[in-house]
Amino acid sequence: MSPKRTVASLTAALVAAATLASCAESDRDEGSGGGGDDGTFVFGAAGAPEMFDPFYATDGETFRITRQMFEGLIGIEPGTAEVVPELATEWTPNDDGTEWTFALRDDVTFHDGEPFNADAVCYNFERMFDQNEAGQTAGEYWGYVMGAFSNDAENSLYQGCEATDEFEAVISISGPTSGFPTMLSLASLAMQSPTAMEEGDANGIAAEGEGFSFPAYADNPVGTGPFAFGEYDEANGSITLERYDDYYGEQAGVSELVFRVIPDESTRRQELEAGSINGYDFPNPVDWAGLTDDGNTVEIRDAFNILYLGLNPEANPKLKDLKVRQAIYHALNREQLVQTQLPEGAAVATQFMPDTVSGYNTELEPYAYDPDEAKRLLAEAGAEGMTLNFAYPTEVSRPYMPDPQKIYEALRTDLEAVGINVKVSTAAWNGGYLDNVSGEPGKYDAYILGWTGDYDSAYNFIGTFFGNLKDNDFATDVMPWGKQLADDLKAADAVVDEDERGAAFEEINRQIMEEYLPGLPISHSPPALVVGPGVDGLVPSPLTAEEFDTVTVGGE
Amino acid sequence: MLRFVVRRLLQMVGVLLVLSLLVFVWLRSLPGGPVSALLGERQTEARREALERALGLDQPLPVQYVRFMQRAFQGDFGVSTQVLPGEDALDIFLSRLPATLELSFFALVIAIALGIPLGYLAARRKGTALDTTSVIFSLVGVAVPVFFTAFLLKYFFAVEWNLLPVSGRQSIGLDATRVTGLFVLDGILTREWDAAWDALKHLVLPSLALATIPFAVVFRITRASVLDVLDEDYVRTAEAKGLTAKVIRGRHVLRNAMLPVVTTVGLQVGALLSGAVLTETVFSWRGVGQALAEGFLQKDYPVLQVLIMAAAAIYVLVNLLVDITYALIDPRIRTR
Repeated sequence: MSPKRTVASLTAALVAAATLASCAESDRDEGSGGGGDDGTFVFGAAGAPEMFDPFYATDGETFRITRQMFEGLIGIEPGTAEVVPELATEWTPNDDGTEWTFALRDDVTFHDGEPFNADAVCYNFERMFDQNEAGQTAGEYWGYVMGAFSNDAENSLYQGCEATDEFEAVISISGPTSGFPTMLSLASLAMQSPTAMEEGDANGIAAEGEGFSFPAYADNPVGTGPFAFGEYDEANGSITLERYDDYYGEQAGVSELVFRVIPDESTRRQELEAGSINGYDFPNPVDWAGLTDDGNTVEIRDAFNILYLGLNPEANPKLKDLKVRQAIYHALNREQLVQTQLPEGAAVATQFMPDTVSGYNTELEPYAYDPDEAKRLLAEAGAEGMTLNFAYPTEVSRPYMPDPQKIYEALRTDLEAVGINVKVSTAAWNGGYLDNVSGEPGKYDAYILGWTGDYDSAYNFIGTFFGNLKDNDFATDVMPWGKQLADDLKAADAVVDEDERGAAFEEINRQIMEEYLPGLPISHSPPALVVGPGVDGLVPSPLTAEEFDTVTVGGE
Repeated sequence: MLRFVVRRLLQMVGVLLVLSLLVFVWLRSLPGGPVSALLGERQTEARREALERALGLDQPLPVQYVRFMQRAFQGDFGVSTQVLPGEDALDIFLSRLPATLELSFFALVIAIALGIPLGYLAARRKGTALDTTSVIFSLVGVAVPVFFTAFLLKYFFAVEWNLLPVSGRQSIGLDATRVTGLFVLDGILTREWDAAWDALKHLVLPSLALATIPFAVVFRITRASVLDVLDEDYVRTAEAKGLTAKVIRGRHVLRNAMLPVVTTVGLQVGALLSGAVLTETVFSWRGVGQALAEGFLQKDYPVLQVLIMAAAAIYVLVNLLVDITYALIDPRIRTR
């Protein structure tokens, strides 16, 4: 390049830069700068939110954020799984449990200033019920708990909503179920501003290519909670919520609540150590002691989950024999597994639900670790030396199984010790594992999987596992008792009286563990979250449904 | 030269078309898919089938591909299923690109600014302590995994000494104006000097971590190339002619030694893009690499298709630029 051309190029570049600079002006609001009167609580999130309309959301990272902005008719008592009044002050069913009258708070406004009342409640329910085809697929939680949408109204649990007074709404359902009205505490079914939903075309979801396009409302949601939406800085991975000053309840302890997206767990820990975030979820159990030593507080939640060894008698007919299933159970040294592979506070399971769920049977004892008994039962069943295609998932960590491979190795060693030949199978969680487990027919004889409850309902655990005879991971449809179990579960779920319902589920839990044993409950693991020095007021929730309005951030 | 550039650009279109088919088929031949990622433990056969139907994933592969291409030719590459649900996949790429460009640019600057002078000096002083130390240093750069380098950098500079931020692109609550998405440049353009300084501080550690491998490669190629050239007859002739050391080094040694280095730098752009996947993840850097990692984990087909093809296009374009630079450095290439 000649000197002349070099000078010309440089001049052009300088002119371009100067032009760009003259176009670019600071649009800073001089008055702002973050922080606010009562400080900012910064929480390290493992992933970015899907969107901000909880109705279409499916993942915990999204719900963690929406839970601070939205409230349901029914809430959860902090630190427990028990339901308590939230936007409804009380609720009463009619005699057959098909009509529920909700008395509503009369002092609530949405963040856009619109009043919360019975009309708003019914608008919300009708909005959720009346979804187009894309919305029916994306509105996964409604489909899961209500069964159907307006186009298939007869199969829907929800049947209608009527505003009988300004602050009284009656919701009709097709029949009593243990899940109602507890399910109204789900983050997905929270109340949102009808005006904002109307303006933002909240139901304007559409299938586009291989995904869904969401309406403008999903980016700018309006609820009634202690925090209102501030901004989502996608380029920097941060979501800012601001304290809602007109909140009817006690004001939030911090002016700003910020979620920073930090996908890497060790980076979250380093951010906490550097003091640039105030807390994060699911610290690695091996870090718990170190974090505490450094002056942080590791908050251990009550376990609300179950890890189990799923068995598929359709894939391996030997598993149809109860003795074989019992033998496998006796072969597993679950006490040792809990002590060596699971975090502090984990417990051996006696049934397919934790003791915090109504319907838990306190009389059931854990199956004893007894390799000799296991061998004897295998011999009796003529299954000595049987081969088990046993699988575990990779690329995943769940609260109930922090490290699937290590859990698998421990179980495999136990099985081999009683003479079972284990054929190792594995696949990535999103790379075929779940397909292979839930496919018809399932591909694995045995697999490790688990479940974290959505709300306090026995059916949410054992109903999910065995309530759908034709489509469940345990292939109970090939077992003589499969239909009976599914029917019993549905019958128990429909009992109106809470005590009677609890007793019915307790009996089913006994039958499952003593007579059927469709799979082998392993353990319950308490997930933890950690907050840095100076943070007070955070109440850990077994449902991982923490509310941050009680949090205060003190001095450094 | 123009014909050369046009021919290469046309070749690029062909490459991208073939690649689109390969990526499309490859992603769908992997086990699992977006449906598992969306449903998690809630997955049942019936739910999976319903969702596959809604997303068009139940159609035969050729039908899916034809639909994809029809939309792609209209500029519609589909919307994200998981990385940022509902967002146009191309928009995700474009919004993430500045972060990756900024990071890669600084990493490349570090690699070149350190690699070429050190490589040259090491060659000139072959066998000295400087040479040996530099060679060992570059070997360590290649051998140590990026995530470990990153962990150490963060541990010392951010956690222990509190000199630099641990991760992210800008401090929370700074309220910086965004113009180009290149945060340092934005701070300069808008004269928000605190924002520019803050963004620069956030850039240091990830750039260093990302630069380790390109630095090592550039250093070693420069060193080897300079050693080769120093042995050439024309250098000896120049010395015999009585040319000054400055002219010999500048015109004869460095210029000739630069040819393989420029090629290497071009190739390193590809390495930077793949290195960015890991670096961006451990530094919470919201760039293309992080979106790619997330896309793979969640099997977000539209995002993966766009990102992989865009990365390929960038790679081909950069190599075209390398070839043009090559021609500028070595006039013989232009005439061929």
